[in-house]
Amino acid sequence: MESINGRSNSGRPTGEGPGRNTGGGLGSRAFSRRWVLGAGATTLLTTGLTACGSDSDSGGGGGTLTAFVYGDDAVKVQQAAVDRFNKSAAAKKAKGKVKLERIPGAEYPAKLRTAMGSPSAPDIFFNWGGGSIKDYQEAKQVVDLTDTIENDPTLKSGFLPAVLAAGGLGGRNYGIPMRGMQPVILFYNKALFAEHKLQPPTTWAQLQDINGKLKKAGITPFALGGADTWTELMWLEYLVDRIGGPEVFAKIQEGDASGWGDPAVLKAAETVKELIDDGAFGSKYSSVAYTNGGAPAVFAKGKAAMHLMGSWEYSTQLGKFPSFAKNNLGWCAFPTVEGGKGDIRNVVGNPTNYWSINTRAGNKDAAIAFLRDCASETYAKALIANGDIPTTANAAKLLEASPNPEFAKFQYEMVEKAPAFTLSWDQAVGSKTATPMLTEINKLFVGKSSPSEFVSALKELK
Amino acid sequence: MPGVLFFGFFAVVPMGLAFYLSFTSWDGLGDPKPVGLANWQKLIEDDRMVQSLWLTVLLTAVSWAFQTVIALLLGVWAAGRQRNRAVLSAIFFVPFLLSSTAIALLFYALLDPNFGIIQQNILGSSSGAFLAIVFVGGWQFIPFHTLIYQGGARQIPEVLYQAAAIDGAGRYRQFFSITLPQLRHTITTSTVLMVVGSLTYFETVLILTKGGPGTDTAILPYLMYEAGFKSYDFGYASAIASFLVLVATVLSLILVRLTGFGGMRSTREGM
Repeated sequence: MESINGRSNSGRPTGEGPGRNTGGGLGSRAFSRRWVLGAGATTLLTTGLTACGSDSDSGGGGGTLTAFVYGDDAVKVQQAAVDRFNKSAAAKKAKGKVKLERIPGAEYPAKLRTAMGSPSAPDIFFNWGGGSIKDYQEAKQVVDLTDTIENDPTLKSGFLPAVLAAGGLGGRNYGIPMRGMQPVILFYNKALFAEHKLQPPTTWAQLQDINGKLKKAGITPFALGGADTWTELMWLEYLVDRIGGPEVFAKIQEGDASGWGDPAVLKAAETVKELIDDGAFGSKYSSVAYTNGGAPAVFAKGKAAMHLMGSWEYSTQLGKFPSFAKNNLGWCAFPTVEGGKGDIRNVVGNPTNYWSINTRAGNKDAAIAFLRDCASETYAKALIANGDIPTTANAAKLLEASPNPEFAKFQYEMVEKAPAFTLSWDQAVGSKTATPMLTEINKLFVGKSSPSEFVSALKELK
Repeated sequence: MPGVLFFGFFAVVPMGLAFYLSFTSWDGLGDPKPVGLANWQKLIEDDRMVQSLWLTVLLTAVSWAFQTVIALLLGVWAAGRQRNRAVLSAIFFVPFLLSSTAIALLFYALLDPNFGIIQQNILGSSSGAFLAIVFVGGWQFIPFHTLIYQGGARQIPEVLYQAAAIDGAGRYRQFFSITLPQLRHTITTSTVLMVVGSLTYFETVLILTKGGPGTDTAILPYLMYEAGFKSYDFGYASAIASFLVLVATVLSLILVRLTGFGGMRSTREGM
């Protein structure tokens, strides 16, 4: 449970496992109280948090910088980096130290939002790049790092360019990559494939052929944790890319809602509908969740033959079903669609997570000095030891040290060679659009709307 | 006096702030910007709002029927004096002591389509998800209402039953002619609690269905949560919250008026 929640959620700000503590149970009253905490009684908060207070407004020089981080298993890598930095010459020179504040998993986005609107905002904060920082950028709460990166060889050439770019908005950089890459991969069960003499698909026709054979054998082709909408989102992300190319979503991401009217979106929705009607996901997928380990278990136990999921699926399986992960877990790229414009090498998913700096941070020099550590080999090695694939340019030669070098190399090359890396849509479009978008996707998957209704509902989103 | 202060600070002031926020646009960062009636207009025009209101009313009605029938019968039964009933009632009360979150998580595991006890697509189908919410809510709150009915039933004077028995009334006749009429204020109390409870029902929905499949269990409190803490549209969320307060107030007023509870007439009339 721990590893599943931790890993899957680190890529998922919107993923809310059943373990989520709700807090808002009293309806209007509790909601209002939250507001009072946010606006009226901030004094209470600030006195409570002075221990990690940030001297945000005290101006340059000295003081401890607070860094908010998503508190899952991977946080030990950041903790080590903080300890290293606090003892370093760079920290002495910049007269600053960093204190790490771990926020439990699913609570992270809401907690960050509340904190950023209050005087106890963090100086450095973890995020998913793109749309996840859009509101903060518009409120002028994130430091533009473009020039800093441009003038700093370590940062400039330290990371894979596509990954660095995905941490920004409108061509400006606002984040420094700080965790492993999380591309979405098509996983398959090697034993089942061998038993039924199947090869991993590279085209849609092959995939349909495989589906037919599997269904004849009484096996559901794909595991899908449809109770979590983001698992359904992955299908549309890849289908739109393969059918219309990465430009289709890129246009939408730039804020042009008419982009949803592109024929590729409709075709992708129709393809999804065909898959569902065809029984490709079985009949119970809408009550199966990913976050509680349901879908991974269906996959590992051979009830379903394939699973489209983020790279964290590997560690999830390794934690829950180690012998399956070691012996029978296979992986490949999402197939092309005949007549589609998308390159099979195109990738969707989360490039990685980023550190961004609050514009109110007291000691920006120290913050930047701390961020530079993410480009170091020491940092990359720590990520590898944790089973993650760093997004640093030097990572290739470190991959042998990974717990599974074969999977590590596949993943690294997949991202390194990708002509386009589309950020998960819900991260790319900002929270206000993401919520209704996910709702519409779920309606499509449970048969509450037709592909054409789906497209017209999305065009209404602003 | 301290009571008034607490009520003022923790209930009236926040309610007022939420009402104020409903006339602003606020994403949680910076300051709320006044937008006049925009949020309220959106509230009226929002299709999801209509669906959500209908779902809330439906949930309230179905939950009321389900819980009242069972709680009433159990309560009257438990009002008997035998020792085993006291013990059974005590055991039966246990679900109410558990937290809603724990209960929701428990049922979430039990309803898992592959590894639970009922391996069906329950939470993924519209009616299944709705009924699951009604059932889980009932499982949690029926004991509490049973307790209320037990207390009410024990207040009914024994002489009424003795007189009825002499007149030759059977158990059913006694139940419908004495027990039910005598319990009417208890029914009102329990109903008001159920209605207000259903209007603020939230954790179970969040954990079991997240408003899904699609939007088929997105009741008002869930819609409010989604607007506020997922879309960060606190202005609109506040409008929903204010609307919810309005609905709850109107409903309780109607209930009190319809049942004549406001008059506080004596239950012992005619005795």
